[in-house]
This record gives sequence, structure tokens and C-alpha cells, in this order.
Amino acid sequence: MRFVDEYRSAADAGKLLAAIRHTLSRPWTLMEICGGQTHTLIKSGIDRMLPQTVTLVHGPGCPVCVTPMEMIDRALVIARRPEVVFTSFGDMLRVPGSETDLLTVKSEGGDVRMVYSPLDAVKLAEANPERQVVFFAVGFETTAPANAMAVWRARELGLENFSILCSHVLVPPAMEAILSSPVNRVQAFLAAGHVCAVMGYHEYEPIAERYRVPIVVTGFEPLDLLQGILMAVTALEEGRWGVENQYARSVTRAGLTPAQQRIAEVFEVVDRPWRGIGEIPASGLRLRPDFAAYDAERRFQVGGITARESPDCIAGEVLQGLKRPQQCPAFARTCTPEHPLGAPMVSSEGACAAYFAYGRA
Amino acid sequence: MSGEAIADLSAGPVCPVPKIEHDTVQLAHGGGGRLTQILIEGLFLDAFRNPALEALHDGAVLSLDGAFRDDTPAGAARLAFSTDSFVIRPLFFPGGNIGSLAVHGTVNDLAMCGARPLALSAAYIVEEGFPMDDLRRIVAAMQAAAQEAGVSIVTGDTKVVDRGKGDGVYVNTAGVGLVPAGVEISPTRARPGDKILVSGALAVHGIAIMSVREGLEFETVLETDSAALNGLVADVLAAAGDAVHVLRDPTRGGVASALNEIAASARLGVRIREAALPVWEDVRGACEILGFDPLYVANEGKCVVVVAPEGAPAALAAMRAHPLGREAVEIGEVVAGPAGRVVMESRIGGERVVDMLSGEQLPRIC
Amino acid sequence: MCLGVPGKVVSVEPDPLGMHMGKVSFGGITKEVCLAYTPEAEVGDYVVVHVGFSISVIDEEQAHEVFRYLKEMGELAELEVPQPGDASSDPQAGAA
Repeated sequence: MRFVDEYRSAADAGKLLAAIRHTLSRPWTLMEICGGQTHTLIKSGIDRMLPQTVTLVHGPGCPVCVTPMEMIDRALVIARRPEVVFTSFGDMLRVPGSETDLLTVKSEGGDVRMVYSPLDAVKLAEANPERQVVFFAVGFETTAPANAMAVWRARELGLENFSILCSHVLVPPAMEAILSSPVNRVQAFLAAGHVCAVMGYHEYEPIAERYRVPIVVTGFEPLDLLQGILMAVTALEEGRWGVENQYARSVTRAGLTPAQQRIAEVFEVVDRPWRGIGEIPASGLRLRPDFAAYDAERRFQVGGITARESPDCIAGEVLQGLKRPQQCPAFARTCTPEHPLGAPMVSSEGACAAYFAYGRA
Repeated sequence: MSGEAIADLSAGPVCPVPKIEHDTVQLAHGGGGRLTQILIEGLFLDAFRNPALEALHDGAVLSLDGAFRDDTPAGAARLAFSTDSFVIRPLFFPGGNIGSLAVHGTVNDLAMCGARPLALSAAYIVEEGFPMDDLRRIVAAMQAAAQEAGVSIVTGDTKVVDRGKGDGVYVNTAGVGLVPAGVEISPTRARPGDKILVSGALAVHGIAIMSVREGLEFETVLETDSAALNGLVADVLAAAGDAVHVLRDPTRGGVASALNEIAASARLGVRIREAALPVWEDVRGACEILGFDPLYVANEGKCVVVVAPEGAPAALAAMRAHPLGREAVEIGEVVAGPAGRVVMESRIGGERVVDMLSGEQLPRIC
Repeated sequence: MCLGVPGKVVSVEPDPLGMHMGKVSFGGITKEVCLAYTPEAEVGDYVVVHVGFSISVIDEEQAHEVFRYLKEMGELAELEVPQPGDASSDPQAGAA
């Protein structure tokens, strides 16, 4: 496959690894933000091929992992209603709420369906006027344009039976939260390539300046990650900070303007709680008043539901890169993909799931 | 086929093939009375014509004359016996249906024991209201599959359940086969150094099913790879004989699960190479956009062969000479340890563990 | 969070509501994709697709960057091969 296979070449990976080794003179700690990047790193074995002096900590870039548990509980209440067709991406179906998960609700008779795109949910609403179709709109900025378009289209079509349960989060505030933490060890970031394809990378320039860190916009294939790591390490060795773009074939500084426009039309920025981390100011999106009719929380009045986390799950520390999954006492013992205590073990992009599946110690 | 005999059929059916007058399956078709008889004769018997079945006893009695080479314990042939139930949705998919799948599935289970499949049973649990034409199509596909595999469907059963209490139709097949004297296929025979071969491209069946379910369009329709492998297996055993240690068909859970099971049973390790895995371009594309790993996607017409290194070239040649094994390749080998662990060398030279599938592989988010 | 897969645009269909769609091929399988956010995408272009939406048209020039860089790295490594007794890093002196 073009633009995929050539970025998986063993020979070129070897050269980049050699260059990284050649450049290093002292230990450095990097964080990759995106769960998809974590997935590639572990699946291709890069994390074990890097010199020991480079420490990669995995960031909170897994939207499934950071969705607050009360959102799951709200989803479950809505999904149980007989008139509702509850639609969602695959991963969210197994994340445990306080008592149960969407897949179990499905087995008990709830109409829970997996969709590939939010537009599929809109189509379902068009085709089933007597049902209420709800879409679980979870994601980072990468997914916001799709969700914005779905809501916009529902309004254009005059649909009264479509709504979204919105749990959108934004990356730059999360990065700042990590950098400003007194226990932060991260010295450079690999920024999420597809988030930046949508939003551009100008938002990261003030962050790089304020905290004096290199931020390298990085893609998702093995060669992308290796080149991103090389660029970050080179900047660190040379004492430079600022934003660089490894993923230039898909990312520009300004980003995807039509998408940003649609997002701004449909959503507004709000404070949001991140599961395991706590509330981060101005870190989420919610529907603007013009589109509030499409908010499932309002339509089904589930806003008051609060949740109870497992006391044994240390997701917050894992998501901030403070602990590795294997350092969790429950990892691979009481917490496994079959019986997850928290989201990072359920989501295929969660660090715990990746470690469990690909190379648990 | 139990229930009161309505007529003496020991000499074969005395009436011409009865015509089934209903468009949909009724509860009474499962009742054991006249309608059951009509369904059996008009549908199943008509499709699965063979003497053993036409005797219409509760079970089939099969002659094994000439099947045993000699009757000393060391040389005695053994009976292989297997069963499988099929609940696949959708019932009809490109290249097959629940019926053909059911025949291939049990024939393959027998073949993976090193057995020559002899005969199958077919049991149906049908939901009231199920279209009779659909049942006909399923049954016709089963007969075609059986014929191609060289087996007969010699006995069976039908039950009908209330509307809403079934999912259209469920099918169970069970089968018996003969394992020739001297053939010993089992994970316990695996040894470090054994080569691991697969008979062809991976993940075809699972993606063909997903494509129908998820509304993916293929430029050319992707059909299931569902097929009976007993011919291919016979060729491999003839070519490599004793060197063949393990056979496994990687159905649900894919090649990854099959290799994990073998490694666990053998208490040995397995190493495979990502670059060696045979996957068609369009199946890869589908896996990429769904976020699936081809290693975990079901196959219904492929087999994994674990063979001693001296037998590997002959086994591979035998597979490639067979229509179902043209793309056979070596993908890795058995190693001493860690026991039960399957490790894959990634395309870029790194390593990762290939674990058992937990739960179902759901298409990835974002 | 960002499963975006590159695919080739094989057809484009403008939509009256302005949400124009297209068919994108991923190694031979095609799927309908919303091209509204990359209105400049033409048949033959490669786009990155995320949950049914195109979020970027791949810049082929830039795509070769990492390989150009690797090639330069390879050439530089050759020039820097140290010669016996030669303590300087003058590339001219190093090249045979």
C-alpha cells in the first residue's frame, strides 16, 4: 500500500536507529501523545530497539481512556431506553462504567450498534424516523470535524431524532497540564500527527516557548516515529526548543481550515474532566447553543449522573506517563482485557492494553 | 429423523418426492409427524441422496470393509470424530452460506487429525417463519460441498422453534473419519526446529464477512475462502509422511490463536516473521481501515502445517501443487521457549509477543 | 486516537448540500469517504482518511523527505569514513 509500506522498511529503520544512537550523549525522556503512536511503537518493537538512554513515556492520547466514567454511565442509561439506537465506535463498547458496559447492555436487549463513521449514525436516523439515534461522540480534534459535520448535516436535514453524547477533548491543554506538573519528567514531545493535520501546529508554538521544550509533529508509521524521535533528540542535544514538523506530507502549520471552521461553528471550548487526571481548563468541546438541541445529555436528561472509579486502577498515573503499566499491582493480575478495571486496558490504544497484548514482561 | 414411521421405507421412499407446499418453516415441521416426514423427504433426502441416509434409521451404519490395513494394535486405523455448530450471521455471504461453511468446517476438523473424512451428520434448529427457499439454498450448498469433499451426509435431525426464539437457522455438523495406521498428528509431536507453513493468504473469510456487515465495497467482490481441505492434507501427508507433526485450521481467532494453542499444548515456543505472512493487498487495505490485525482474523479454507525441517520442502511443494495451496509459504518455526509464547519479528526488525485474542476484535476507534 | 489511513481517490461526487463525497481505494478495496474538508482533492490524489472523512491531501513532495534525508545520511556516512593517520574531518581528504 502506497504511503504505508515504504514507511515500514527495515533497512531505513536501521539507519534511523543508528543515527539516534550516534546523536545521543545523555539520557532523555520523551512523550508521545497519541495512542496510535504508542500502538505502533510497541507493535513494531521500536520501544525495545531504541537505546536505553531514550525513555519513552506514553501520553494521554487515548480518547477512550480519558472519557470520564460518568459519561459511560450516561451512555448506558440512554442505551437502555427502548426507543434509542445507540451508536458508537468499536472501542467504547467494552469500556466499563460503574456497573457494566455497552456490550453487556447490548446482550441484555439494548439496541447498541457499532458504526465506522458518525455519518453512518445520521443515515440510521434518516432511515428510522421512529427511533432516537444517539452517537457517542468521543475523540480528540482529529474526530471533531467528522462529529461537527454529522450534527451540521442533521440540522440541514431537519432531523429530530438524532443527537450526540459529546465527550471531546483537546490536546494542547493536556500537554500544558503535563508540563506544568511539579512531577513532570517529559523533556520533549512527539505531537499527534493527525490532530495537527486538522488543527495545524501554531497552537504549540507558545507552549514550546513557555516551557522551552522541543515539540515534533510526528506521523504513525515506524519510520515516522523514528525520524520524530531523532529530530526531538537532536534538538535536545543541541539545546534547542520549538516546534518542528516531521509529518510534513500531511501536516501544515495552519492546518485544515474548512474543518476548523466547521468545528468552531458547531462546538465551543469548555472545561472538561479527564478520567484519571482531573479537570483541565478549556480542554474540551461542547455543542454551541445553536446546536444544543442535538445534545443527548440534554435530550435524555442524564447530566446528573456521577460515577465510582475502581480504587485499584492507576490510569491517571499511566496516562500522565508517571508510571508504566507493569508498575501497577493490578496489571495482568486482577486487571486484564477480559476483566478490565479501567479504560487503558480496554482500548486498543491504551498503554495497558498495548503492553498486555504485545509484550508483557 | 426419529418419530413414528408413517410408512415402511426400508426399501427406499415409496412415494415420489413429496412437494413442500409451505413457503416458510412451520412449527409443525419440527413436530415429528407428517410435515416432518415431508420436510425430510422433500428437502433433505432429495438433496443428500445416498443409501445410508435413505435407510432413514436413527443413525447411519457405515461399512468399513477394506478401510483397515491390518488389525494389530500397532497398525490399527483409528476413528476420528468431530462436531461443530454454526451460528454465523449473515447466513448468506459472498462465496458461501452457513451450510457450505458447516460442511467445510467439520471436514476440516477431521482432516486436521490426519483423518480421511467418511461421513457427516447435519442437524438444524430452524426458527418458525424461516423462508423455505433459504433452507433449500443452504441444503443444496451442503450437498455440493459434501460431494466436492468426497463425503456423504448420512444422518441428521431437524427441530423448529417458536418465532423469535432462534436466529433464522443454526446448523450443527458432526463427522467421522479414519486415521490411517501410522499417522500421528498432534501438538505433542512438535519439536524445536520444526518449520511452520500456512497454505495461503490470511484473513480472507473474516474480511469477506465484515465487508457484508459493515458496508465496505470491494472493487471485485471478496469471497470467503471457505473450502474442504482434506484433499490438500492428504497430498501433504503423502509427500512428507511422518515429518508432519501438527495440522490446524486457523478459524475463529485467526493464525495467532491457532499458534498460541499449539505452543501451549506442545509446551514450546513459536517464532514467526511479519514480512513472511501472506496477505492480499485489498484484505490488507480493509484491515488497515478497520484497525484489524490479519493475524487474528478468521480463515475457513487454510491450514497451518508444523513439519520437521527435512519434510518442509516436500510439504510446501505438495501444497503449492494443489489448487487450494498455491500461495503456501513458510512463516516461521518452533523454538524451545519460552513455552507457550508466540513471538513475531516485525517488518522493521523489532519483536513483539502475539498473544491470544481477548474477546472479539472490534474495529478500532479513530 | 488518530487511525488515519492513506488511500487513493478514485471518484468524486459533488453533493447539493455541499458535503461532497468520493470513493477512495485502500489497496483495492474502496469505501465512500466525505471529501468536504479537502475540496481540492482530485481523482488520483492520495488522502488520509479518518472515520469516513478525508483530513489531508498527501503532499508527494514532502512524502519523499524522510527518504531524501536518509539518502543524505548515507552519503555523509561514506564521506566521514576515517582514514588511517588522518585526524582531520576534511571530506576532500577522506574521499579516495
